[in-house]
Amino acid sequence: MGATPEIAVIDDLIRQRLDEILPGRIEEKLREIEESKTPSLSIIATKGTLDWAYPPFILGSTAAALGWDVQIFFTFYGLNLLKKDISDLKVSPLGNPGMPMKMPFGPDWFKGINWNIPNIIQGNIPGFEAMATTLMKQTIRNNGVATIEELRGLSQEADVKFIACQMTVELFGFSHDDFIDGLDYAGAATFLPVAQKSDVCLFM
Amino acid sequence: MNFDKELDARGLNCPLPILRAKKTLNDMTSGQVLRIMATDPGSVKDFAAFAKQTGNELLSSAENNKEFEFYIKRK
Repeated sequence: MGATPEIAVIDDLIRQRLDEILPGRIEEKLREIEESKTPSLSIIATKGTLDWAYPPFILGSTAAALGWDVQIFFTFYGLNLLKKDISDLKVSPLGNPGMPMKMPFGPDWFKGINWNIPNIIQGNIPGFEAMATTLMKQTIRNNGVATIEELRGLSQEADVKFIACQMTVELFGFSHDDFIDGLDYAGAATFLPVAQKSDVCLFM
Repeated sequence: MNFDKELDARGLNCPLPILRAKKTLNDMTSGQVLRIMATDPGSVKDFAAFAKQTGNELLSSAENNKEFEFYIKRK
């Protein structure tokens, strides 16, 4: 037996009214939730060179400055970025055709030259990597770009959570004494549940 | 415009002006105004986004001879 005619009319009216009110209310609620939520960022840092040290620390420190919750998981070569002494981080132009090779000193016309040296020559000049690293560091200084030490310190100050991959620590024969204080030593199972709830998750 | 604190971020590049500004704002009280000077051309969009996201009000943003000047009111 169906609803009595009166109830059917009331049901129709309720449905009609709900259709009118609900979309607006849902939108309002979603906006409220969105606004009250703290955004979060999870980064996996896997590279241990001077150039690749920048993205995780720049994005991590900036996200923290914007009020986000940030965690960075350092694994494999990324662990190098957590060592007490990171003054020996290097950048290599070898196998990196995207890297401009310009001199950070001299007159403007000289600084503008891109020294396009073939890999086969770069690879055979002793100390080429050390020279490229020195030039890169000078360029960084010239441009008022922060050092990695500075960005790392600012990240820690801003409560960016650093997680060091314990498996890699053992694999590479490191000890906890090699690294700065304030790290969590853990594995993939620690990272993933946090990453799952992150708004932004990046692999670097 | 009146301001309570000043930050000279000239010569600094992304993301340092934002990080220094955030740090300086942390030490200020609600309603106080921070004046920032910068030379990073990216800082114009960055400070607008920073203000919008953090709720600190960007009172003004101006360019004068390749130098940028921002006034931010602490939330």
